[in-house]
Amino acid sequence: MGATRFVCASIVAGVMALGPSAAAAQDSPQALRQEIDQLRKDFETLKQQYGDRLTALETKLAAAEGGSPPAGQPPSPVAAPPAQAAPPVAQVPPGAEGAGGPTGALPTYGSAATSSKIFNPDMAVIGDFLGAAGKNDVNPTPAMEMHESELSLQAVVDPYARADFFISFGEEGVDLEEGFLTLTELPGGLLTKVGKMRAAFGKVNTLHNHILTWTDRPLVTQNLVGGEDGIDDAGFSLARLVPNPWFFLEATGQVFRGDSGDLYKSNKRSDLSYVAHLRGYQDITESSNLDLGFSFSHGHNDSNTMAPAGTPESMGDFTTQLYGIDATFRWKPLQRSLYRSFVGRTEYIWSRRDQPTGLQSADGFYVSGDYQLGRRWFAGARFDRSGHARDASLVDTGGSFVITYWPSEFSQVRAQYRRTNYETAPSIVTSANELLFQFQFSIGAHGAHPF
Amino acid sequence: MKLHIALFVTAFLFAPVAARAQGKLNVITTTEDLAAIAREVGGDHITVEAIARGYQDPHFVEAKPSFILKLQKADVLVVVGRELEIGWLPPLIQQSRNSKIQPGSDGYLDASLQATILELPTGQITRAMGDVHPLGNPHYWMDPENGKRVAKEISDKLAQLRPNDKAFFQQKLTEFNTKLDAAEKGWLAQMAPYKGTKVVTYHRSFPNFAERFGLDIVGYVEPKPGIPPSPQHTLDLITDMKRLSVKIVLVEPYFDLKTPNAIGRDTGAQVLVMPPSVGGVKEITDYFKLFDYDINLFIEAMKKVGATK
Repeated sequence: MGATRFVCASIVAGVMALGPSAAAAQDSPQALRQEIDQLRKDFETLKQQYGDRLTALETKLAAAEGGSPPAGQPPSPVAAPPAQAAPPVAQVPPGAEGAGGPTGALPTYGSAATSSKIFNPDMAVIGDFLGAAGKNDVNPTPAMEMHESELSLQAVVDPYARADFFISFGEEGVDLEEGFLTLTELPGGLLTKVGKMRAAFGKVNTLHNHILTWTDRPLVTQNLVGGEDGIDDAGFSLARLVPNPWFFLEATGQVFRGDSGDLYKSNKRSDLSYVAHLRGYQDITESSNLDLGFSFSHGHNDSNTMAPAGTPESMGDFTTQLYGIDATFRWKPLQRSLYRSFVGRTEYIWSRRDQPTGLQSADGFYVSGDYQLGRRWFAGARFDRSGHARDASLVDTGGSFVITYWPSEFSQVRAQYRRTNYETAPSIVTSANELLFQFQFSIGAHGAHPF
Repeated sequence: MKLHIALFVTAFLFAPVAARAQGKLNVITTTEDLAAIAREVGGDHITVEAIARGYQDPHFVEAKPSFILKLQKADVLVVVGRELEIGWLPPLIQQSRNSKIQPGSDGYLDASLQATILELPTGQITRAMGDVHPLGNPHYWMDPENGKRVAKEISDKLAQLRPNDKAFFQQKLTEFNTKLDAAEKGWLAQMAPYKGTKVVTYHRSFPNFAERFGLDIVGYVEPKPGIPPSPQHTLDLITDMKRLSVKIVLVEPYFDLKTPNAIGRDTGAQVLVMPPSVGGVKEITDYFKLFDYDINLFIEAMKKVGATK
C-alpha cells in the first residue's frame, strides 16, 4: 500500500509541476480553462490506468506470496496528498533526545509496509532448557542450563535453490549447527546440498536436539559417532531416488572436509571424510510403515596426536570406518492421529578405528519405543549399549524412561529417568542414576513437523 | 566431466518437453476435496490423486517418503493454501526433485487465491490465540461458491498446461458449474427453514459452510484453535449453550468425542460427526455428496431436537 501511495503521489506531484508552466503559456481565461479541463481529464485517465495496474500488481503479488488478494476491497486511495511523497519519518525515542544523539524527526528507510520485508527469511527460535538431578561422576551435566537456543533462518534463494541456516547458541558459545544451500532444480533427480550439515549417517545423527524424543542422545552416538554434534561438517551432499516399482529407495553420498568432533580430524586437504547412506521406506498399511537404512562413513581420526613417543610422525595415517544399520517402525492410525501413535526405533553401529595401539573394533546400539497416550502425553523407553571407540574392551550400558507433555504444538515439557553404567576401566563400573528434565519452546515461523 | 554435465543438462531440457507432449496430466492434490473438484473439471484427460485422506486432520499429515514418490511424478500440485499444509508439505515438495511443482512454478497451484476467505485476522496476532492461521481460515471449500472458484482455477491451470485440451476443460467446467448451481439451489432450499440455527463446532472448520447455509456458530469445543478442550472452557461453553439453547455440536471425524459427548449429555444437544471433507466417510465419494451428506445429517438431527423441544 505504501508503494501505491508513493507512486500516486509522484504522479500528482508530476502533474502539478507540469501544470503551471503549461498554463502560463495561455493568455485567454477560456483557453486556460480548457487547458485545465484537458489536464484534469488526462490526470483522471492516468489515475485510472495506474490504479488498475497497481491493483493487478497487488493481486499478482498476493498470489505469488500465497497471501490474500485484495478481492472485494476498494482499490487503494489513488489521489494521495502530495505530502505523502515525502519519506516517512520517525520520532527520536523518548528519553534519547539530548543525550548527544539526534533530535527531532529521523528518516526511516523501511516502514513495516516496505515490500522488501516480504523477502525476509522464515525465522524461528527454539529454546531447550535442561535440568539434571542425581549423581553422575563420569559425564556430569549442570543442574540447570539453557542447553541450546536454536535460531533458524530459512528461505528460497532464487528459482533454483533454497537456503537453511540453524545457528545454535549454547552455554559455550555460538555454533553454526547447519547452514546449507539446497539445489532443487538439478537434473537427474539429484537433491544437492552444499554447506555445513548434519551427515546422513543413520537416524539420530540427522536430527536436531529438539526433534529427539529424549533429553539426551544415545550412548552409541556419544561413544562412537562423535558426541552430541555427531558427524556435522562442511561439504557436499548428493541424494538420488533409486527408481524401482516397489518402494521408496534413496541413495545419498556426501563428502566432508573431515572434521567432526572427536571422530574425524583433518590434517591436510586430502583428509576428507565420506558418508554413504541407503534408505528404504515402505508403507505397510495406511497407518504403519517401515523405514530401513544402511550407512557407511570413512575419515581420518586424531590418532597421530596420541602416537607414542619414538614412533615416526604419522599425520592422518589413521582412519576410522563406521558402519550403521537403522530401522524405524511407525504406527499412526490416520483418523486418530492426534491421539495415538507409536514409534519403535533401533540403530546398530560398528566402529573400526585404526590407532597406533592397533585396530579397535567397537560396536553399540540402542532400542527405543515411544507411545502416544493421548493428545498431549507421550511415554517412552530406551535401552543403550556401546563400546568405547578408543578401547573396545570397555562397554557402557544404560536405560531410560521418558515422559513428555505437550501444552501445545509449540512447547513441551519432558522428564527422563536415566541409569547408566559406565565402564571407566576394565571391570570397573561406575553407575549414574539421574533425573533429567527439559522445557522446549518455539517461537516464530511454523516449521514442518519431523518425520 | 564437462561432457557429463552437458549430457545431463540436455536430458533435463528435453525430458519435460517430451513428457508433456503425450499422456495424461498427473495431478496431485493435498486433500480429497481438491481431488474431487479436479476430477470434475479434468475428466478422463487427467489422473488425480490426493495425499491426505478425508478422515484425517489436514493440519497434521505425516510427511511420508511414499508421498515424495507421488510428488516426483506430478505434473500439477494443487494445494489448499492459507498455511493449512505448512506443517508437512514444504519438506515433501523440497525432496520431490520435481521442478514443475515447486512454489512459483507453473505446476504449483494454490487453490485459495480466488476463494472467499473468512476469519482473516486483523491487527496483531500471536500464538496466545492458539494455532491461528495468519492468512485466514483454510477450510474455505465448505462453500459451494468457493468450489466453483477452485474449479475455475484448476480448469485454467489444466488448460494452461494442455492448451490443446482447453475447450474440453472449459466444457467440463461449465458442466460442473451448472450441476453445482442446481445442487446448491436444492441445498439452500433444504436449509432455509433452519436459517439462524445456533451451533457449536469442535474446530473452526465450518465458517464457510455456516455462512453459506445460514448457521450461526456461537462457540467452539476447542478453547483456541489447535488447543485441546480444557475443563473450564467446557463448563463455560455448556453455560453459554444452555443460555442460547444451542442444540447442535458439529465434530470433525478426527477429534475425540469424549468432551463433545459430555457437552451433549449436559445440554441435550445432538453431537454430529460431520465430515468437512470428501472421503470423511465412505459415502462421500465426490464434492456433491459432501454437501448432500452433511446437510442431510444436520437436518435429521434438527428434526430430532425439534421433536424434543
